[in-house]
Amino acid sequence: MTATDVQITTRPDGMDTYPGQQPRMGFFTDTSVCIGCKACEVACKEWNGVPEDGLNLTGMSYDNTGSLNASTWRHVAFIEQIGRSSEPGESRWLMSSDVCKHCTEAACLDVCPTGALMRTEFGTVVVQDDICNGCGYCVTACPFGVIARRETDGGAHKCTLCYDRMGDGQTPACALACPTESIQYGPVDELRERAQRRVGELHDQGNDAARLYLDDPTDGIGGGGAFFLLLDEPEVYGLPPDPVVTTRDLPRMWRHVARAGAALAAGALAACLGWEGRNR
Amino acid sequence: MSTPSADSYYGQPVLKEPTWHSPEVPGYLFLGGLAGASSLLAAFAHASGDDELARASKAGAAVAIGLSGAALVKDLGRPARFLNMLRVFKVTSPMSVGSWLIASYGPAAAAAAASAVTGRLPRAGAAATAAAAALGAGVATYTAALICDTAVPAWHDGHREMPYVFAGSAATAAGGLGMLAVGPVAAAPAVRFAVLGAATELTARSMLLRRLGEGAGPYQAGRAGRLMEAGEVLTAAGLSGAMLAARSRTAAALSGMALLAASACTRFGIFEAGRGSARDPAATIGPQRERRRLSEAAAR
Repeated sequence: MTATDVQITTRPDGMDTYPGQQPRMGFFTDTSVCIGCKACEVACKEWNGVPEDGLNLTGMSYDNTGSLNASTWRHVAFIEQIGRSSEPGESRWLMSSDVCKHCTEAACLDVCPTGALMRTEFGTVVVQDDICNGCGYCVTACPFGVIARRETDGGAHKCTLCYDRMGDGQTPACALACPTESIQYGPVDELRERAQRRVGELHDQGNDAARLYLDDPTDGIGGGGAFFLLLDEPEVYGLPPDPVVTTRDLPRMWRHVARAGAALAAGALAACLGWEGRNR
Repeated sequence: MSTPSADSYYGQPVLKEPTWHSPEVPGYLFLGGLAGASSLLAAFAHASGDDELARASKAGAAVAIGLSGAALVKDLGRPARFLNMLRVFKVTSPMSVGSWLIASYGPAAAAAAASAVTGRLPRAGAAATAAAAALGAGVATYTAALICDTAVPAWHDGHREMPYVFAGSAATAAGGLGMLAVGPVAAAPAVRFAVLGAATELTARSMLLRRLGEGAGPYQAGRAGRLMEAGEVLTAAGLSGAMLAARSRTAAALSGMALLAASACTRFGIFEAGRGSARDPAATIGPQRERRRLSEAAAR
């Protein structure tokens, strides 16, 4: 194939693809069938060789993992709700396996000053461990509090969507281990269609609160490569209700920085000229 | 088993707190501002023949940028790899832009100072002075984009005003250093620079807090609140002292120190406010909920 034969097509979600190449891959996590078994957490640690991060009891619920972290790339949230519906005394348990969202517009990737964070051929976002210098900018930029710095090696770490397995046509460890198919892996286009059908089913069954989260390519992060079906508001699960990638505002920030820099120079000039001008 | 609140996941933060350490990073925000603004003051003082002030400001800029560079490297999780910053240039990363700014500004500021202090190579010194001034304007202000281009609500949501707060704070510090370093007559431009800087900073700061509205809480509470307040009091003290600066060397030096301390307090206060807002789930969730409510109402 010559260079002129290559046609880049722009997809509605903003991800450019090359003909005949790998489609964007991702996760659809359907929390309505999650049973909170944490097999995903264990499989992730096992496959990726992620170090243990302490045997701690949070004392708040059956969730003793706490949150996503440098050494926790899947985190099962556990929420007990008592008397929240119209039926007095009715209670329910919500369980949800959280993961890096592999944003279409990824703040971590944008702000990384070394190029350690990169976009793979699968449309996922991965840290190159041999390049990361541990500056921590990605940690501060992520609107979901996903990526973190591991104190033992000083580098930033997060879910790779099992980049090594994907390259071999294998399913990521968490999705493979999930006993209820709450975690589904596949081409993002297909997953989005499947998610629409599933949320429609739940609405038909009268579960009006069921909703998709980060499935929409027009949202504040351009849609997630990993997205979710939730049964309540995102904030209940510890997720931000309307995240917007910080770099959308960066052009405006640079404009103000340029103006402020010019004002600073003008101020220095004025100071040296003196209030009445220099009459020497 | 505790019942989680509907407003957050067991009160846990949504965001990760910045890994950046204090005093390294807020110290860098202060020193970078001091260095950049001092280089600008030095260049115009140089051009208008105020050699004593120019020399002092050049020396101050070189020392400040040296210290801040060391602070930045120390703050990395893997300091040995700090040069990896220079393997790419990305305008989407203020830290990348800043790395290149400092990598070019540092040598220019050092050369300008070396020439001014030793009196050697005056032409090269003048060129370095001009280069340091041009780059210094960027060094003093880009740090606003650095902290605002994050998910931290108290920083990000103030991104329209923060560059002016930083520019003003930088001028306050550079003016203060000039007042401290040279005699009262030679320091007149430094006094004027500090007055302009302080006025800009205080105005921009109050605009920032007004824009944040309820989100301004982290700037008013706890350690951050005390630092911001100390910054204001020290600025006021420094400005009052500056009125007497022409008459008394002691008054000039004391007000110079007060203004330097004011600028440092403001930077440390802003840094702490950001950390506080990242820790507070309500600071992240509240404004997003409001934004979603407004966009849903608009769609209806």
